[in-house]
Amino acid sequence: MSRLQIHDVSVVYPGLNGGEQVRALSNINFTIEPGEFVVALGASGCGKTTLLSLMAGFISPSKGYLTLGDSTLEGLPRVACGVDLEDQITGPGKDRGVVFQKHALLPWLDVIENTEFGLKLQGVPKRERRERAAAFLKLVGLEDFHHHPVYQLSGGMQQRVGIARALTNDPKMLLLDEPLGALDALTREVLQELLLDVWKETRKMMFFITHSVEEALFMASRLIIMSPRPGRITHEFKLDFNERFLECRDARKVKSMPEFIQMRERVLSIIHGDELSGGMH
Amino acid sequence: MSATKTLDARLIGEASDTSDESTRLAHEPAAERTPAPSVPLIKRIAALFAAGPVKPGESYGAPGQGRSLAISVVTAVALIGLWYIATAAGWVAPLFLPSPVAVVERFWEVLTQGFANATLLEHTGWSMLRVFGAFALAMATAIPIGIFMGVNRVARGLFDPIIEFYRPLPPLAYLPLVIIWLGIGEASKVVLIYMAIFAPMALSARAGVRSVAIEQIHAAYSMGATRWQVVRYIILKSALPEILTGMRIGIGFGWTTLVAAEMVAAQAGLGFMVLNAAEFLVTDVVIMGIIVIGIIAYLFDMLMRFAERKLVPWKGR
Repeated sequence: MSRLQIHDVSVVYPGLNGGEQVRALSNINFTIEPGEFVVALGASGCGKTTLLSLMAGFISPSKGYLTLGDSTLEGLPRVACGVDLEDQITGPGKDRGVVFQKHALLPWLDVIENTEFGLKLQGVPKRERRERAAAFLKLVGLEDFHHHPVYQLSGGMQQRVGIARALTNDPKMLLLDEPLGALDALTREVLQELLLDVWKETRKMMFFITHSVEEALFMASRLIIMSPRPGRITHEFKLDFNERFLECRDARKVKSMPEFIQMRERVLSIIHGDELSGGMH
Repeated sequence: MSATKTLDARLIGEASDTSDESTRLAHEPAAERTPAPSVPLIKRIAALFAAGPVKPGESYGAPGQGRSLAISVVTAVALIGLWYIATAAGWVAPLFLPSPVAVVERFWEVLTQGFANATLLEHTGWSMLRVFGAFALAMATAIPIGIFMGVNRVARGLFDPIIEFYRPLPPLAYLPLVIIWLGIGEASKVVLIYMAIFAPMALSARAGVRSVAIEQIHAAYSMGATRWQVVRYIILKSALPEILTGMRIGIGFGWTTLVAAEMVAAQAGLGFMVLNAAEFLVTDVVIMGIIVIGIIAYLFDMLMRFAERKLVPWKGR
């Protein structure tokens, strides 16, 4: 089984107009084990999304390296030259599915065409890719919406399509960049449960970014808390509230357990401390 | 839109949106519904001018919302009426403004007997051939070049100064040069119109390419897309709405350049007909020609808007 390893990675963004460089990530050492659900939590500007972009292969580290299984991950080339259009590009790969906060579905395709899009790119015959896409649409509860235009769907349903689309490609891991951030509270809870069900079903590695402490505690097998300036991992917790939910199927019960509330207060105080010291800069 | 609401309702748990339906109905003022047959005539006419129901899902209170068709129709009728009265009462000499009736009569006369050695259909045919010929040429060249400018920095650097330099020039300024180079035949006329259409079309295609959401490109790469697949399946598709807008703007420039193109050595054409009539002070033909050009351009624009609704229904969503 392949794990994702991050070896002493730093990312430095050049300053704007010759200004000071921004150290988005500093000396990150970190491993995601197979089947783990890792949630990254932290104040704005702590480098969560930079970390995800590294894993997805959108950017390269300034220092250090990442491996997934035996292969080293690279970023997209800095300057895309338009000549080698046929080339397989370095960087992102279909072994790492990404779910974005929004704007990533293709509005000219309907629900099932969006879901099967990755397979189409790889030249999978239409009948086979339809079948596989349909299976994952069923998993996310959209089996009756194959031919709806995606731009007419609610935000929650669009994210369901985004999740099904990433899964249809059968990636080794799923990278979720605040996938529920733009949804209303009710829909959000429904999709949290859905994602845990998907995780249980597939046991894929998950890397999930969120701003919500409660969501982080509920979803994570391992929670990492990040801190800004420079972006780094300050705390790590092993949690099992997700497993407890999958056993009892009662999210409210899990979220009102004394351990959950205790943990929530602890994490909140850590993050608030960051935000206060962040304000001093 | 209401279909979407029902979709939501069917998803267990995602019930948050479903309450909208009832609140919306409750908010809708009764006066804005279609009037029942028993309503007096005056009220039914007044209802034509009311803002009308907004589309479900659109918010109330945005400035400028509501229907405007009835107001436009009345404006057009009033203008023509004023025109008629002004000429019938003799406020303006027919040399400056002939009556609408005279223009319609002249329209029929030119249609059947012709003016300046060609019938109206021949004039129209020649002009449409020139404008649409130039339009087709521009589509075949400006759109690929615009897209290329969007995806390739070398192409952008190459074409940008050329297009940006000549784009603001009035076609009349370079018409003499085009005639020196290409002579007084059809080629110079088509090229002049072509140049007017080319710039807005190419720039729109380029802007369309640049407007693609980076998330869509990243998502495609993460699903194993090659560069070429990203261009073909993502960039070209998301540029389509702006390309279509560019076509609409371009054809508009084509019609505005038509009269200039037909100034020199034309034997037929709507622009030529108008210019020729003006020389002989046949004002009714001038007005008739202007109206014909306007109507053709308007009809084509309607066609383009229809195509837009069919081809890019996701635009602005």
